[in-house]
Amino acid sequence: MSDRLSVFKTYKLFVGGKFPRSESGRVYEVTDSKGNWLANAPLSSRKDARDAVVAARKAVGGWSGATAYNRGQVLYRVAEMLEGRRDQFVAEVAEAEGLTKAKAVAQVDAAIDRWVWYAGWTDKIGQITGGTNPVAGPFFNVSSTEPTGVVAVLAPQESSFLGLVSVIAPAIATGNTVVVVASEKAPLPALSLGEVLATSDVPGGVVNVLSGRTAEIAPSLAAHQDVNAIDLAGADAGLAKELEIAAADNLKRVLRPQAVDWAAAPGTDRMTAFLETRTVWHPTGSLGAGGSSY
Amino acid sequence: MPTTVPAHGNDAAGRLKELADATASDSALRRFLHGLPGVDAVGLEARAASLGTRSIKTTAKAYAIDLAISMIDLTTLEGADTPGKVRALAAKAANPDPTDRTTPRTAAVCVYPDMVATAKAVLAGTDVKVASVATAFPAGRAALPVKLADTRDAIEAGADEIDMVIDRGAFLAGRYMDVLEEIRAVKAECGDKARLKVIFETGELSTYDNIRRASWIGMLAGADFIKTSTGKVAVNATPANTLLMLEAVRDFRALTGVQVGVKPAGGIRTTKDAIKFLVLVNETVGEDWLDNTWFRFGASSLLNDLLMQRQKLSTGRYSGPDYVTVD
Repeated sequence: MSDRLSVFKTYKLFVGGKFPRSESGRVYEVTDSKGNWLANAPLSSRKDARDAVVAARKAVGGWSGATAYNRGQVLYRVAEMLEGRRDQFVAEVAEAEGLTKAKAVAQVDAAIDRWVWYAGWTDKIGQITGGTNPVAGPFFNVSSTEPTGVVAVLAPQESSFLGLVSVIAPAIATGNTVVVVASEKAPLPALSLGEVLATSDVPGGVVNVLSGRTAEIAPSLAAHQDVNAIDLAGADAGLAKELEIAAADNLKRVLRPQAVDWAAAPGTDRMTAFLETRTVWHPTGSLGAGGSSY
Repeated sequence: MPTTVPAHGNDAAGRLKELADATASDSALRRFLHGLPGVDAVGLEARAASLGTRSIKTTAKAYAIDLAISMIDLTTLEGADTPGKVRALAAKAANPDPTDRTTPRTAAVCVYPDMVATAKAVLAGTDVKVASVATAFPAGRAALPVKLADTRDAIEAGADEIDMVIDRGAFLAGRYMDVLEEIRAVKAECGDKARLKVIFETGELSTYDNIRRASWIGMLAGADFIKTSTGKVAVNATPANTLLMLEAVRDFRALTGVQVGVKPAGGIRTTKDAIKFLVLVNETVGEDWLDNTWFRFGASSLLNDLLMQRQKLSTGRYSGPDYVTVD
């Protein structure tokens, strides 16, 4: 029989590769599905959101400029680190969502597999979204895709880990940086994911995790002039409409909330949602106005 | 005020005479400078840090932002400066936020002497001053005639203000009189055509006591402004060394009735930092210095942050670097 004192974990935000408390100093109680207290999570303020956007913006150059191959390696490393902390995430997901151990294991395994899947896509997405275009003139016409920039992500409220990974991984796989607002009821797996990201070669600021009231943090992200896109996965219908109106101000890309089975194969939609297409016209040198001279 | 009180602070009339004596000879000056009270480094830093914790919000913040913008010496001091860059910077100083004409102008632009004419041409008809660094900036390692020629060039090109560097080598070697006389010579060159700012490069002076001594040398020699740094070394303006210089100008005015301005320069990049400095000014020397005649910020990227904060206050939305110019 051990007489050790229990060591409670202080959950903190993950912003710019560091683990700050909320600037406001506030926390809120996180409970399991039966209402038992689990931990206190930081209750982020608008200023935390602003700081996270600054960190994300700073990271855009390095992350979008990294080679796709390198990004794939880093994402794969995330999967490796998660594998090592599998038991912790199984326990957190089971408590947060009220799942049996077997079901929680299935969720975490699926989430790890999803990192691997998206890691493989980093250097392939360009082939399916870009290419040469047929044009009626003496030009080579080539389209290629580029990341949108800073993406604010409202993580799904119900699926605290698989859903979370399913919205973060596609956004960063293509070179965006993200500010994630974790599930309001079940933020602990998201905050723990920050600890994994901090130890898996993901540059600071590429992923920033905030916990708190979605309805409090999201409006300032939606209206923020330096956020390029917003994923409304975790917003209910009323909030989503309000956020979409705020986001229109600087023509943010908006991904509307939709019913998603997080366990199903995701497809490429969440990657292509946050890509911009650049098209280049290059003269072929041919004198003919149409067709090829070869 | 819970700040350092100099030993010679009370009996101003008697002390004035002593001041004239202070610069009479090398040894008298040394005696005077070494007779200044020592700086309580821990107390100074604690005081500067505690003044940095004030929460300035809403209308007070809006006022502080506009005041800070109006106090900026918008600076570009790079070897790579082109006439085009200087023109762009001058245009920005005259009209910092083209989307909001209520934005105040900056106090001045600060450039190298050869760029003065370029800046002056853009700023003709505005009240934005042109400041020029001179005297072999930033090292100051040149002979006096070269430094004076440098100063003369800048003034002839139309500079309204001259930012000179002191000879840190002479200062650190203890040749205070050389430093004083050099400042006097440059001051004479400026005459009534240009205000003189004296840069101490506090990051190279090693101790707070040295910063206090340098401040007094500058003021005794007739500086219109005392300025912390060139922006070219690792440690630039800090709240503590600026507080120390503010105390020096306060004491100097109390002693002689002469008011001297202060300019922290380098490393001030955010609105939050700028507001901390304004709090220091208000709490140390009071409203008499809260004006761009008496207080300046030497900065470049600070202006963008101030403009973004200003946009946030006027629209309610956080702004971003896409909405200000890239300099």
